[in-house]
Amino acid sequence: MGKNGNKKKFTLSWMIGGAQGSGVDSSANLFAYSIASAGYYVFGKREYYSNIKGEHSYFNVVASDSPVRSTVDHVHILASFDAETVFRHAWEVEEGGGIIYDVALENESLRNIPTIEERLKSEIAERLKNENLGETLRDVLTAAKRRGVRIYPIPYMDLIKKTGEIIGEKQLTLLLRMVNTMAVAASFAILKADINRLHRGLSYAFRAKKAVVDMNFTACKVVYDYVHNNFADDFPLTLPNRKNGEDLILVNGTTIVGIAKIVAGCRFQSYYPITPAADESVYLEDKQVFNLNSVSDGDEYEYPHLAESRQLSDKGHILVFQSEDELAAIDMAIGASLAGVRAATSTSGPGFSLMAEGLGFAGMNEIPVVVTVFQRAGPSTGLPTRHEQGDLLFTIFAGHGEFPRIVMASGDMTEAFYDTIKAFNYAEKFQIPVIHLLDKSLANSTQTIPIPTVNEVLLDRGLFINEHLDGKTYKRFQFTEGGISPRVPLGTRGAIFWNTGDEHDELGHISEDPIIRTRMMDKRMGKLELIKESIPASDKIATYGDPDAKDWIISWGSTKGPILDALEMLEEEGVGPIGFLQVKILHPFPAELCLETLQSAKRIIDIEQNYSGQMGRLMAMETGLRPTNLIVKYNGRPFTSTEVRDAVKEVLARNTKRIVMNRGG
Amino acid sequence: MTVTQKLTMAHFRTTLFNDWCPGCGDFGILSSIQMALAELQIEPHKVAVFSGIGCSGKTPHYINTYGIHTLHGRPLPFAIAAKLANPELTVLAVGGDGDGLGIGAGHFVAAGRRNVDITYILHDNGVYGLTKGQASPTLRRGLKTKALPRPNLNDAVNPIALAIVCGYTFVARGYAYDTRHLKELIKLAIQHKGTSFIQVLQPCPTYNDLHTKEWYAGEDRIDPETQKPIPRLYKLEETGYDGEVKSPSEEEAIAKAVEAIKKSYEWGDRIPIGVFYRNPFVPSYDQRVATVAPVYLQSPPALQPIRTKSMKPVADVSPLFDELRVLY
Repeated sequence: MGKNGNKKKFTLSWMIGGAQGSGVDSSANLFAYSIASAGYYVFGKREYYSNIKGEHSYFNVVASDSPVRSTVDHVHILASFDAETVFRHAWEVEEGGGIIYDVALENESLRNIPTIEERLKSEIAERLKNENLGETLRDVLTAAKRRGVRIYPIPYMDLIKKTGEIIGEKQLTLLLRMVNTMAVAASFAILKADINRLHRGLSYAFRAKKAVVDMNFTACKVVYDYVHNNFADDFPLTLPNRKNGEDLILVNGTTIVGIAKIVAGCRFQSYYPITPAADESVYLEDKQVFNLNSVSDGDEYEYPHLAESRQLSDKGHILVFQSEDELAAIDMAIGASLAGVRAATSTSGPGFSLMAEGLGFAGMNEIPVVVTVFQRAGPSTGLPTRHEQGDLLFTIFAGHGEFPRIVMASGDMTEAFYDTIKAFNYAEKFQIPVIHLLDKSLANSTQTIPIPTVNEVLLDRGLFINEHLDGKTYKRFQFTEGGISPRVPLGTRGAIFWNTGDEHDELGHISEDPIIRTRMMDKRMGKLELIKESIPASDKIATYGDPDAKDWIISWGSTKGPILDALEMLEEEGVGPIGFLQVKILHPFPAELCLETLQSAKRIIDIEQNYSGQMGRLMAMETGLRPTNLIVKYNGRPFTSTEVRDAVKEVLARNTKRIVMNRGG
Repeated sequence: MTVTQKLTMAHFRTTLFNDWCPGCGDFGILSSIQMALAELQIEPHKVAVFSGIGCSGKTPHYINTYGIHTLHGRPLPFAIAAKLANPELTVLAVGGDGDGLGIGAGHFVAAGRRNVDITYILHDNGVYGLTKGQASPTLRRGLKTKALPRPNLNDAVNPIALAIVCGYTFVARGYAYDTRHLKELIKLAIQHKGTSFIQVLQPCPTYNDLHTKEWYAGEDRIDPETQKPIPRLYKLEETGYDGEVKSPSEEEAIAKAVEAIKKSYEWGDRIPIGVFYRNPFVPSYDQRVATVAPVYLQSPPALQPIRTKSMKPVADVSPLFDELRVLY
């Protein structure tokens, strides 16, 4: 491990682990925010079991002096307060790194930890045996020391008692809750980081609970001083405060999507609880009431014509509705949309399976609706809390019969924000269901990103009529030159219409007339061409790297982060040139743009987090162009940048056709 | 149409050809709905009728109001959301017994927990008509209607009792051929502030050869004295039965519910129709939302501005960003 400044880009990889329910998340948020507050960019990855309490969870935070978009395989500091974390992750700590642990746990035996899987236990035991060591935590630490890892034994219990004396609190169970915070404070001391930043981090992690913040800060100081006084060694990485001129937020994927929905004018969201999507709806429910902006000169609010007799509030509100299942969730979003509301539902794969039915109804009746899908590992219940990009083909083809839709995928938090707003614009403009694909990695990662610029956002409602239509003839499904029929909300005078899942005429009444059937199919499916024509290229794809490269990577969604970080590393190593094509709108597929981009490509490396390389298959189907090499991963853990780097190097060196990566705990 | 013009049943009719079987109970339900809306003088464009799948699913097409013929079993989720989005709408849901108590049973149960101000009319004929007469969830065990190759092995669900235990606050039963009575029930249901449920007994002249118009009329049992049939149906209100909860007391609500459930088990020789249960003291869903977000009553989802005339969003999310902002 090099000292600060040895590399072009400084990165620190920090990890904390512990039993679920013991505050791993809040301590990681504390660390991430405090480090960001010291002027660094951070990216954090959260891994947890489908379990409430007791199973192992961990959080890996990478801090850097330039924007960081992914995690790495190695760890510089492993902060722990239980034995399991050390047994599992000590091996990831690289030479020169450090392990913070509870000195009281040194005699813990590997065999006594029920939550480590038998396969992993055997693997750890084998490693220890190869080093002629026993199976206690002390043995693991000895092995680490032999590799040049520093160890930091912390007497948590003594320090907790000392903290209790200072703040006048004797209740040990209460004090013990701060052990996670203490592990963060120890990390700060080792990195010689500014302890006052921890106070800001505590305020962020514990929100407004001032008493909790103060108590934890006292504990931080006790630990910070202890580490400072007892470990004089010069840890090779330090995190002095640095100036960061950017206005940043520290945010996760579910939160940024929630905020974007409020901006987008979404005023109804239905959902059925599911991991990892539910956090978004819960966030929205918490923030359901919000203020309205004052308008600039010459502009004014566009009031709905249906509200003509109302004294409206000066506040806005989004109604978040927890439905009985996902069948109802999508139907409710559609019902609200019929009433003129921008409406959405949010789910993951298993929930989306149930939504296939409602999706077809929206397609058939040309009703705008946004379905936010945070993918997780399938099939069936799969790995409920783990990552995968396995639902691309499913979301494109879900539902019986043929109807138009847009399937779009965001590559990172910032894209997720703007894409959420675009999803509502597309849904209303083309009067179709829009599926916005995200995933567990985006949902649960935290990242520092520039504050999105809301004042550049436009809400395009397409042919949404905001007036009563007295005396005019209104046909909801009127054949028009532009391909889209003007739409009114339920309750509009002079515009009564009908909807049916049956084939229907222009009024919306059931029709089995073969001529009308063909025209209606043409009308609906014709929107796909309209979409292709009207969405700008920059919203459909993004390209990075050398446009004339012979080697191209293609991918979609959250693999963007690790790929871009890997490309930076490869460039530093002099490997390349490599191009990277990120497809953002997956359906209708931007075939011409992909063909154009890849015309110089001799090798097309498809990188995806699924078994079969779903986008590669899609591209082959839509363009005739097949990926030459496939790098896939489906073990439930997101790609790290170092993993992508290594896999790409292998493809470049040996032209390996299919590489299955399997890193991550 | 001006507001002063008196609305009649004709205002609620469409000119569409109606393809129900001659003698179908659906006709009675359709005209009862049209009469109720006309008598309540609700303007057609302020009404939205949601339906499920099957013969009854076609009902909205014959009514001149907004009509949303949804998916099998799903009229309630659509209807509930539309009402919550714009509470100024009068929202009705209609569907068959298979629709509401078979494929849509989950929604039936959940709707009772919410008390959204809508009216749900269940067309109950004991069979799946449009798929040629299979047994529905309300057909009793051992019965063999004419399209069944073997007698029905499932027990029937009791829609009135189920609605009451699910929490519906207005629970009634009508008969499709007694349109005057049914129309009054529908009017009461629409006027009730909360979720209203009306089970409508209806013959299926094509597939239910057991519960026919003649059977309901008791033509199989002639009074030896008068030589007239003894009808099976009787009206609860004519017996002095009163299912209305009169005070906000839980004790009274439970007592009335138990009484109504007991009543709902009467079947065969004497079948009650009318209002089984009504509780006006349960807060409706909009009132519940208002307890956590008072703004909802003033500015429900469909009636809020979301953008300015120059297409800018109106929501101020800066406080949300501030909570997440990195302070140096």
